Amino acid sequence: MSDDAIPEFSSAKSGDGSEVGITNLSAFSSGPGIKSAREVLAIILVAIIVIGGAEFLIRFFNVPAYVLPTPSAVAMAFVTDFHLILPHLGYTLVELLSGFAIGAVIGLVMAAVITQFPFVEKVVTPYILLLVTTPMLALVPLLILRFGFGYTPRIIAVALAAGPMVMINAATGFRRVDRGKIALARSYGASTLQIFWKIRAPMALPMILVGLMIGSIFGLLTAVGAEMVGGGFGLGNRLTSYSSMIQMPQFFAVVLLLSILGILIYVLFFWIGKKWASWEA
Amino acid sequence: MTGLGSTMPKLRVRGATKVYETRSGDLLALDRCSLDVMPGEIVSIVGPSGCGKTTLLWSMSGLHGLTGGEVLLDGKAITGPNPAIGMVFQEANLLPWRNLDSNIHFPFEIKREKPDREWIASLVSRVGLDGFGGRFPRELSGGMQQRAALVRALSFKPSVLLMDEPFGALDSFTREEMNHLVEEIWMDTRTTIVLITHSIEEAIFLSDRVVVLSPRPGRVANIYEVPFPRPRSMEIMATKEVFDLQNAIKREIVGEQKSRYAALQALPDAIPAPTH
Repeated sequence: MSDDAIPEFSSAKSGDGSEVGITNLSAFSSGPGIKSAREVLAIILVAIIVIGGAEFLIRFFNVPAYVLPTPSAVAMAFVTDFHLILPHLGYTLVELLSGFAIGAVIGLVMAAVITQFPFVEKVVTPYILLLVTTPMLALVPLLILRFGFGYTPRIIAVALAAGPMVMINAATGFRRVDRGKIALARSYGASTLQIFWKIRAPMALPMILVGLMIGSIFGLLTAVGAEMVGGGFGLGNRLTSYSSMIQMPQFFAVVLLLSILGILIYVLFFWIGKKWASWEA
Repeated sequence: MTGLGSTMPKLRVRGATKVYETRSGDLLALDRCSLDVMPGEIVSIVGPSGCGKTTLLWSMSGLHGLTGGEVLLDGKAITGPNPAIGMVFQEANLLPWRNLDSNIHFPFEIKREKPDREWIASLVSRVGLDGFGGRFPRELSGGMQQRAALVRALSFKPSVLLMDEPFGALDSFTREEMNHLVEEIWMDTRTTIVLITHSIEEAIFLSDRVVVLSPRPGRVANIYEVPFPRPRSMEIMATKEVFDLQNAIKREIVGEQKSRYAALQALPDAIPAPTH
């Protein structure tokens, strides 16, 4: 029998935290974790092949720029027109941050309150599900009619998209009642408020972070979508504007910026999760 | 160990009765249990599963109310969680998002008191957890976790320590180690301890008296004195007296179950046969 034939050891080694039971939470344990120089090299190599390949294919088949611009043209547009796009990034961020903040706070408070009253939760949950499943973009034309072409309808739309996502995930977290841990706190004479802050909230934290991450991504989608519907500013507005003027390199430069924004949101929550919710995994 | 003036029981359970309301009707879990625990005494409660041991202990801690009867601590009725009572739960029940130090300081955080750092440090090194303060519970073995839980329960110098099957989840070696640790700490502090256990051996090793509860509804079926000197060495634990006591208690528990079974067997005769 050879040395490496001891199954217990080989299987124990393969556990790198990627087989976490709750799929939502695995986002915090697996994901971007760069290990060695070889891996970095491979990642760069693949990127060169993909981007270079696209450049080559587009040039080779003479694909016109109004159908698909070359990566190099997109990169050029990203650099040369960045000063034109930058203010619009600012507008979108204002909408996203304020809408998300409003939605997240309302969602968190509602989740914390509702889970304390099972009956209320039963009555309210269908409506929350309705809010989660309805694309809030559908309401944007109506909101514009009521509030005009400024920030207001967009911020409301972002809050409506992010809030229910935060709430439904946070509620799942707050529902994870561990009677033993609550009894422990009570045995030292903890008040209801202390039990909430010292036991329920930390227990719910991993799920709250999942909710915040999904909510902010949905908020970004909704903000850009709302900008495409109407109003003269924001990254979504740039998309419609550039495409109507067939400025495809600029159009894709905005798309690239949105991807970067989405990735930054993900990395931010991944980092927070690693720092504050790693005990879960 | 009954010193001068300590003739008053530390804990006094009088006619403790508990009825749980369930969907299928009321369930009598405890039926007029009475028990006195003297200061500095270690009392174990044993009995078949579901006999109301945990219900009895939790009502002593003030975490659960009673349907009837009362629990007195130093002569005063317990109506809710009491700062003089420390509790050790099944499993270690540490908070996984806190490191060991922070877990041990948790009671003080809730009570809004300053921890006695010297006392805690002495407890930590006594249970062999020096240098583990920054570790998180998931990084520690079950035995280490339960030791930390023991430190947490003793950190605020409770006059009564209630232990709810504290070592049931540990392997038998670790369990024996923990028993020695409890004995050692008790020799120092003389804290009054009430312990629930499934292990008769553990009950005899640790206790001055072993209380046997009957199957549900829990009643005090018998109380056995454990007269062996401490510390209880392996030699003492291997004597015939210990063995006889162990058997007597085991027979008591099994016998209670048997007579219950016999009663159930006899039952059909009393019920009129269904007519078809």
